[in-house]
Amino acid sequence: MKIGRRGFLSFVIGGAAGTALSPLPWKLTDDSSIWTQMWPWTPVPKDGETSYVNSVCTLCSGGCGITVRKIDERAVKIEGMKGHPINNGGACLLGLSGLQLLYGPTRIKSPLKRTGKRGQGGWEKISWKAAVSEVVEKLGNLRSKSQSHTVGFVSGSDRGTIPRLFERFLTAYGSPNLMRMPSVRDSYELTLHMMQGVQALPGFDFENADFILSLGSGIIDGWGSPVRMFRANSAWQNANVKVIQIEPRLSNTAAKSSKWIPINPGTETALVMGLAHVIIKEYLYDTGFILNYTNGFEDWKRLVMDNYSPDSVAAITGIDSGTIVVLARSFANASRPLAICGRGDGSSPVSLKGCTAVHALNALVGNVNKKGGVWAVSDTDYISWPEIEMDSKAAAGMQHERLDGAGSKKYLFSRYLMNRLPETVNSGAQYPLQALFVSGANPLYTLHDTKSTEKAFDKIPFVVSFSSYMDETAQNADLILPNHVFLERYEDVPAPVGLIQPVIGLAKPVVEPQFNTRHVGDVIIRMAKGLGGSVADAFPWDSYYSCLKETLNDNWETLVDKGFRSDTELMNPTLESSFDTVSGKFEFINPDTGSMPQFKPVSIEGDEKLYPLVLIPYDSIRLANSYIGDPPFAIKTVEDTVLKGKYVFVEINPKTARSAGLHEGQRVLLITPKGKAEVKIHLFEGIMPGIIALPRGLGHTAFDDYLAGKGINFNTLIGTVEDPDSGMDTAWGIRAKLSKV
Amino acid sequence: MSTLDDHSKEIPEDTAGGATAAQSPEEKIKKQDNGPGGPIILFFILGLFASLIVGWIIFPKLLYSQKKQPIDFNHAFHVAEVENGCESCHFFRKDGTFSGAPKLEQCIDCHEEIQGVDPDEIKFVEEYVSKGREVPWLIYSKQPDCVFFSHAAHIKGADMECVACHGHIGESESLKVYEENRITGYSRDIWGKSIGGFKKNTWDRMKMDDCADCHQKNYAIIEKTGVKTPTKRFVDHMIEVVSPGSSISGKGTSVQTERDACFVCHK
Ligand code: SF4
Repeated sequence: MKIGRRGFLSFVIGGAAGTALSPLPWKLTDDSSIWTQMWPWTPVPKDGETSYVNSVCTLCSGGCGITVRKIDERAVKIEGMKGHPINNGGACLLGLSGLQLLYGPTRIKSPLKRTGKRGQGGWEKISWKAAVSEVVEKLGNLRSKSQSHTVGFVSGSDRGTIPRLFERFLTAYGSPNLMRMPSVRDSYELTLHMMQGVQALPGFDFENADFILSLGSGIIDGWGSPVRMFRANSAWQNANVKVIQIEPRLSNTAAKSSKWIPINPGTETALVMGLAHVIIKEYLYDTGFILNYTNGFEDWKRLVMDNYSPDSVAAITGIDSGTIVVLARSFANASRPLAICGRGDGSSPVSLKGCTAVHALNALVGNVNKKGGVWAVSDTDYISWPEIEMDSKAAAGMQHERLDGAGSKKYLFSRYLMNRLPETVNSGAQYPLQALFVSGANPLYTLHDTKSTEKAFDKIPFVVSFSSYMDETAQNADLILPNHVFLERYEDVPAPVGLIQPVIGLAKPVVEPQFNTRHVGDVIIRMAKGLGGSVADAFPWDSYYSCLKETLNDNWETLVDKGFRSDTELMNPTLESSFDTVSGKFEFINPDTGSMPQFKPVSIEGDEKLYPLVLIPYDSIRLANSYIGDPPFAIKTVEDTVLKGKYVFVEINPKTARSAGLHEGQRVLLITPKGKAEVKIHLFEGIMPGIIALPRGLGHTAFDDYLAGKGINFNTLIGTVEDPDSGMDTAWGIRAKLSKV
Repeated sequence: MSTLDDHSKEIPEDTAGGATAAQSPEEKIKKQDNGPGGPIILFFILGLFASLIVGWIIFPKLLYSQKKQPIDFNHAFHVAEVENGCESCHFFRKDGTFSGAPKLEQCIDCHEEIQGVDPDEIKFVEEYVSKGREVPWLIYSKQPDCVFFSHAAHIKGADMECVACHGHIGESESLKVYEENRITGYSRDIWGKSIGGFKKNTWDRMKMDDCADCHQKNYAIIEKTGVKTPTKRFVDHMIEVVSPGSSISGKGTSVQTERDACFVCHK
């Protein structure tokens, strides 16, 4: 039979009718709608049992307690731990994005050995055994040649068992070169030592203060323990506590303060001296405290009265004298006023004279070691390990001066001066550094003057990084021995600097290690055992776990269970026991050095004629600025007036921009004596004319594609300025110019 | 050949002779009906039947692939061994969530060692228990991630039996073949064995309409659970539009609109 056109059509119509009467179209429609929910890029969380693990976040030095929610074996959310003495349920952006640092693409998955030239990214995977024996062999060789002192360790912190194991290792091995990364804590520690004769941490009783004078400290921009500061700040707002923010730029902290007083950058100490002048002149100081507990007041008073009248301070700071007088009165008349220093997130030290001036101002109103004041907090010492028996090699190695010059004749009381290391290595003035180990730090990104740091690293023959991530320092290492990330490891976390309660936290594994990484504590113990002799003897533990458990002893159970231990009873120091100076009193003038709190300008690099502008950094809680880079989630929150595509915006006052003929969004070349970079213009009324500002935390060359290559690393544009009293790097800015492209 | 040729010539001749013009329209149709295409109704029926066969018989065969469970499992035997019925293994966790298919953790008490000589048992212990690997069970009742379903609300809250949705699987002696929808990846049990979507028992299907069936049955459930079916909600919305606040099942969960939203059931 032949099928004609009509026959065919009726067949089709019949087919259509039949199809409509069959389930096919309806079922296919239903299925395809479900199919659209099944695309492989649509994330579908796995179902499973929910559990919670209490731990501590170690992404910054804030020490927040965290509760991690898990579904079966996968960590799915980090929350602040409720009832924790530091953060009580709060967490910062970085902490909340911590899971991306656990599961994200930037992790180092096994020990790596460099192939090809340094920094070129050629790596070969090696076994842990091979990696550790390579280190042991290098260290063994150096030691046998009596060069143990040429080995250095850089650590993000010097508190807790991990840094103490580094210290112990170096001592038993024979090197004095353990270095801590710089921060304003260095200035405070030295200040407490110079004025109160104690080796202690600064503590601030923010929760009980009723007037806060912040000399550029980014209270809600990452200063101190960030979440504690957020909470304190909210409490102040509710309790109508006055917060006065002194800085050249309207930061988030300034915007949320009771009053923002713009100041010429770098002149904060002059203001402090001016306030002291008014307070002394008007007899607003705490006479009881000054008479009974201080020494050298009269001399200092003379200095203050002779040099820092409100008018002369007004000329330096750009703040009018009336404002200075009013501020001084309200500070002194408050019942528990508190002044703090350390610009931005506090990652850079301030000059010793500047820090002692702030401390002297606090002393003037008598709020040292008392409610609502500044405390000298002695570190909770729960680590008691057997004495190290040094062999002759170790003893000889320890005799050498430190490479960074801390403790030398020039900088006798400074404990760590990591900022000086690049210069010492580059100048070759002392002995060469043969090997450097880096843990919990990323000096090639965070130190000022990146070029000089890179040059120094190039000179060190053997660089080992313990980083869990491919950061800038790891990129330039010879060997990477990746540590577990914070959610995979045990670690004790002492109370953050600034806290007055004695709190110990315990970070513990939330999930199994995801890759072939190892706890840095275990690696150190292995290294020591590999070296044998007295070095091995100094490490009687089989593993870091047993070392930690033994160290925490009675606290172990509580810590494992709760994640922290806190004594409600504060170590309320009596004023009588607070000062360990020769006079037994608070010293306005250091008896050893004769140095007095005063304003000595920290001059910044660059010729004013060539570089008419002043470039300063600013910090934001959205941009991690320490050894951890911003995870993808955090970088996404950065406003597009800060970062757009790969361009970072430089903030400039509209007046300054107008006179230079610059407009919003324009691409310009930012040039400083240290380097140049292409940036875009952002007009901002909140910055003083003549000053420009760049955010810190951008411009990574390492980490993942979400972070690398975005913006400029501020540290590549700034040099170091050494404080003559302490050796610390107190550069707060640099001269700069903008040129059109 | 010549005949055809001749015939084809004849037609123009007829036409030319004016015969066509003389034909009535009825005759014309008749002629066409009996023309070389054959009776069109036949083709229609052919098309109809062919597509019905494709739609009802061939399509389901193509749509589903047949998969075997990694190991077999005898529900009937286990139910007899345990004390607490289904909930002995498919239990509620402490936080009220439902555990679903058991993990090794639940099996290991009895199955640390091989029990008996059943090859599936041997495979279970050797391949999974001793290696600490979870059995990748194929879940017949797995729903898409966007479906929010609380076992606790139904079992504990509404006192329902497992059978109501899952049927008599607890009495089965071996696991049936898992028929996987090639498009969606879900089991055939969701749409139901009948490709036409017909069902006799409440457990024959697990689509949204099946939830609706039960939820729609009486307002008592709606009042108790606050959950409305899509149809009910639609009707309610219409009532709301015409006469606000007069719907029998009351106000919805949204504070702003006083209506329910999709996310009551859909994540
Ligand atoms: S403030 Fe620091 S410790 Fe606290 S959650 Fe954030 S990163 Fe973690």
